[in-house]
Order: sequence, then structure tokens, then C-alpha cells
Amino acid sequence: MDCDTCAAKAIITLQHGNLCRHHFLDYFEHKVFKTIAKYELIKRTDTLCVAASGGKDSLTVLYLTKKYCEKNNLPATLFALAIDEGIHNYRAKTLQDLELFCTQHHIPVKVIKTKEEFKHTLDEAYPLINKDAKKKPCNICGVWRRYLLNKYARKNGATKVITGHNLDDEAQAIIMNVFKANTGLAARLGPISGVQDHELFVRRVKPLYFCTEKETRLYAWLKGFTIEFTECPYAREGYRAKVQEMLNDFEQQYAGTKQGIVNSFLAILPLLKEKELPGQKNSIQLCQECREPAQGEICNACKIQRVLEHEQ
Amino acid sequence: MELEVFKEREQTTVRIDFKGKTVKELLQQLSINPEVILVVRNQEICTEDELLDEQDRIELLSVISGG
Repeated sequence: MDCDTCAAKAIITLQHGNLCRHHFLDYFEHKVFKTIAKYELIKRTDTLCVAASGGKDSLTVLYLTKKYCEKNNLPATLFALAIDEGIHNYRAKTLQDLELFCTQHHIPVKVIKTKEEFKHTLDEAYPLINKDAKKKPCNICGVWRRYLLNKYARKNGATKVITGHNLDDEAQAIIMNVFKANTGLAARLGPISGVQDHELFVRRVKPLYFCTEKETRLYAWLKGFTIEFTECPYAREGYRAKVQEMLNDFEQQYAGTKQGIVNSFLAILPLLKEKELPGQKNSIQLCQECREPAQGEICNACKIQRVLEHEQ
Repeated sequence: MELEVFKEREQTTVRIDFKGKTVKELLQQLSINPEVILVVRNQEICTEDELLDEQDRIELLSVISGG
């Protein structure tokens, strides 16, 4: 099979045609740069914190954010921030890949350990929390990661947090929120997420928003990024894994399903934000224990901490 | 034909008695959704229409992140 643009051998079939290596790389980079420009994800004066784990998505977004800044002569400062949850046989390897990548590409990297911040790794916390609150490991991990990324991005002067969320991640999140009727959470999705314009929150932006998981893996492979496959031992336990499998089955039978979900969602997102977010800024308080932003008197990270201390 | 296939997600190499001719037929025989893997043949990415040979070294790379 040949590339639709030139006579070279195709390496991927997309909805709009077949592409060779050269034209795929062009297509992918163009799509990411267009997303950054269209949604104004990066501004000249920004200090950029890239949330990084060492996986394909974070290495790709780290590489392309740096390339975008260089291409457009942006003086934006860039650093990578990783959260080490202390998951045995998993996180140490991905952080090793991240540190190697950052050394090769001259990007400063900071690693925050949950063990130092919360006195527990996820492996230690999960059995204790699960016993009391029946929370899944991904619930705890999600709260910790969002808390630490925001806190340490802000402490390091970042004005944006860049994440590697891709089209598959977003389509899954949209469907999960629909299935669970979480319209308030759905209103926080989109290429720019997080609470708008609040001094305690650093806005999160997603340059890979329109790139599928398969495209991103292919890009990382073609660029030769060192990514050894390791799987989080908790990954298959989550609700997301079920939705992911369902969407991949649909995509195989009805190509364009994931893109359709995201496009439909973007069309209604302004209305959803209008309905769900007014007054949100005023409802944000300082956590009485850690002084980080919270929806109530105590933030979610401190609620988890209370359970952990009670269980010890 | 006999084919040697490396599955990245399981970190295993298996030898299979392949009944078909193409990459697409290989994935059907292994009951793998093409959405979740990249197929590498002799260290080059290949598309589903490509014909396979007994000498080929096949790797199935997982598209889905591990975390």
C-alpha cells in the first residue's frame, strides 16, 4: 500500500487515507502545533511545566512542546515535573526513561515523591484506604497527582501545566462522565482544563488533544524515544479500562467513533461550562490543613491523609 | 506457516501455526483488535494488507499506555 501523498510505502491507514513515515510525522506534528495555536495553549510569557511520567504521551508532548517553542522563537521556560507514587515494579522504570530523555534533550526535571509528601507510597496507602473508604487505587492516585502537580508547578513559577492527554483519554473521560452523570466534571474537560483564572490553580493544557493513542505510540516509536513497556499493576482494575475496551471495539467496527465523541462534546462544552461553572471561583477555599485550594473546608488530599493517619 | 510473534504487553514470544497470509489475518487469528497494537515486521512498521513470510520476525507493540 502506498502513501496517498507520495509513492513511498504507507505505514498507517487513517480515516482520510494512507501515510508513509515522512508524511505521518509531518501530519502528526502539524496537528499538535495547530491545536496549540488554535486554542492558544502556550503564550510567549509562559513558564511551562510538563507533567511527565516517562511514557509515550508525556515524552511526545515534552519533545513537541520544546520543538514548538524553538520553532516559534518563544522565550518560554520549560521543565518536566514527575510524580513518584512509589508503585513497585513500575514507576522506577518509567522515571529512568524520563530522566534519560530529559538529559538527552537538555530539559530540567523535578521528581516529587508521595512518600515524602504524604508519608505513604500508593502501595502502602491503597490497602488502608480501601479498607475504610472502598476507594480504587486510581482514585487515590488521581487526587495525589492533581494536588502535587498543581502545588509544585505553582511553587516552581509555572503559568501552565502541559499534559500528555490524547484523544482516547478525552473520549474515555467524556463517556465515563456521561455514564455517571458527572456533568460538573465534564465541564472541566476540553483542550484547556482546570478552574479558570484562579491564582491558586495553574491551568492545564493538552496539545495532544486530537491525536489518537495509536498515532502517539507510532510517533514515539518512529522518533526512537526509549519507552520500555511497563504496566501499572492497578491499571486493569479501573472503570476507565472497561470504557477503553468498549471504545476500541466500537472504533474498530465504526472508524471515527472517538473523534466523533470528542467533536460532539466540544460543540456543547461552552453551554456546559456556562451551566456548571458560574460561581465556581468564589466557591474555592483554602484547605484548613494544608492551605492548598479546596472545594470545601478540607481538600481531597488531606481527607485521604486523615484516613491514613486514623488507620495507622 | 509457522510464525514467531513477540507480544510486548505480555512480554512473551510465541510460535504459532499461522493459517492466513496477511497481517490482518494474523490479528484475526490471535483475536487482537488492530486499534490497540502496532505491528512491526523485521523492525519496520507494517500495515494490515501486507503479506507475511515464515522468516518474518513479528512484534506486536502495545498502543495502550501501561498506567
